[in-house]
Amino acid sequence: MNDLDATPPLMRVQSLSCAYGKRNVVRDISFDLWPGEVLAIVGESGSGKTTLLNAVAARHTPSAGHVSFDLRHQGLQNIYEMSEAQRRMLARTDWGFVHQNAADGLRMNVSAGANVSERLMALGQRHYGQLREQAIDWLERVEISPTRIDDRPNTFSGGMRQRLQIARNLITQPRLVFMDEPTSGLDVSVQAKLLDMMRTLTRQMNLAAIVVTHDLAVARLLAQRMLVMQNGEAVETGLTDQVLDDPQHPYTQLLVSSVLQP
Amino acid sequence: MPLNELVELAPVRDPQINFAYLDERTKRMIRRAILKAVAIPGYQVPFGSREMPLPYGWGTGGIQVTASIIGPSDVLKVIDQGSDDTVNAVNIRRFFQRTTGVVVTTDTTAASIIQTRHRIPETPLQEGQVLVYQVPVPEPMQRLEPREEETRKLHALQEYGLMHVNLFEDLAHYGHISSTYDYPVLVNGRYIMSPSPIPKFDNPKMHQNPALQLFGAGREKRIYAVPPYTNVESLGFEDHPFEVQRWQAVCELCGSNESFLDEVIMDDQGKKMFVCSDSDYCGKRQVAA
Repeated sequence: MNDLDATPPLMRVQSLSCAYGKRNVVRDISFDLWPGEVLAIVGESGSGKTTLLNAVAARHTPSAGHVSFDLRHQGLQNIYEMSEAQRRMLARTDWGFVHQNAADGLRMNVSAGANVSERLMALGQRHYGQLREQAIDWLERVEISPTRIDDRPNTFSGGMRQRLQIARNLITQPRLVFMDEPTSGLDVSVQAKLLDMMRTLTRQMNLAAIVVTHDLAVARLLAQRMLVMQNGEAVETGLTDQVLDDPQHPYTQLLVSSVLQP
Repeated sequence: MPLNELVELAPVRDPQINFAYLDERTKRMIRRAILKAVAIPGYQVPFGSREMPLPYGWGTGGIQVTASIIGPSDVLKVIDQGSDDTVNAVNIRRFFQRTTGVVVTTDTTAASIIQTRHRIPETPLQEGQVLVYQVPVPEPMQRLEPREEETRKLHALQEYGLMHVNLFEDLAHYGHISSTYDYPVLVNGRYIMSPSPIPKFDNPKMHQNPALQLFGAGREKRIYAVPPYTNVESLGFEDHPFEVQRWQAVCELCGSNESFLDEVIMDDQGKKMFVCSDSDYCGKRQVAA
């Protein structure tokens, strides 16, 4: 028996299916996610990646299957059997959700400082000075100058907004972050910087992540493991390097060979 | 025209109109909403708001609440910004004189029902009195969360982080909490409530008040309440607690240094004076002096 069997997974997904009406968009997907592990979900548009992400992040009720999360003192619990209050509490403490479009995950009309501290205030912190100190600390960690703390995110560039969104999510020291296409829409150099930062942060905080992306380079840089989806099914799973260097399924082979080489 | 003359010109009870304008079933429906609101302090109870013979924003919510609780033996006082003789107060008072024929007064202590827009009287209220507020925006989180489905959920789950985001913004931009009216309160340790646009100067008066406080929002179709002797706490930060504004001046008519003062421009040269916003309180002090 090795160490992996001794520690429970952080999240366990079993035979998960999602349907919109009669249309099945995610079919029978199962995986385990371990603490500190980054899993990439790749596939083309319409393959069900985002629906799968929303289903495991308790944002879209699946039509079948189970999603369990390792709660801090209770072990693995089915997230859809919890009360809504408990689920929302989980979503704003132990989880983070990074949206593709930063405007969806930020409050664009309040300052960066208030955006970053919102979760702490929701948890009951009521000391302005301390909230501000923590906000400054996190702005520095995501490489945003603390002088911008009172500026609104609509004065920020796309890359800064995305980093601000990450800071806002990580301030409660979550154990799992969901990311939906975190780098698309940014130009290449900004993408590289963001990926580098995310890699550092996930290592430092032993943060697990599920990253949805159509960009294989993102998967290669961030993820230890990947899951390839086509038409709502997982056609291939495995270690990232293994899948990308030696794809077995014809669809994965097509994906890998479609990447442009500059 | 002085107020006593206005009272003499008061309209007589119009027998063609049902007592207090609304039909009996409507009043009963509104009373049920009020009972529920009293049972759950600070909770916004939906009700079937009726079209009233005056526009939204002029106090249709407060009028419907008053019309539902008023009886022939009640004594009614109506104030607008603390004053008994401004246009909103005069018209609402005349409305109830015409539809109910009840005795009206300007004396805070003599009234059994006080309908108010934007103030709580300076004279402390007593047990048995009812203070009816006219509310334009009942939802305290509306500015930051426009989806009502979501704000209802936030209330239900007591997720009130958003309210402090608002105060945090004020501190970040101005160094102090700049909201001076409609300052959010926590009622009975459970629901966050908008106290309607009263100045935050009046917020402490809501706490453990012996009178029943009812809030009606006509356009938004919500009624909520603070029962007598209920805890009402204004929000704040540990290092920036809630505080009320103070004036350098005293009232130039009655000399009060503890009432809410209005700054009145006197002429084209910009000469100004500070006077009490509560006309009944100020008048009584002048008579006593």
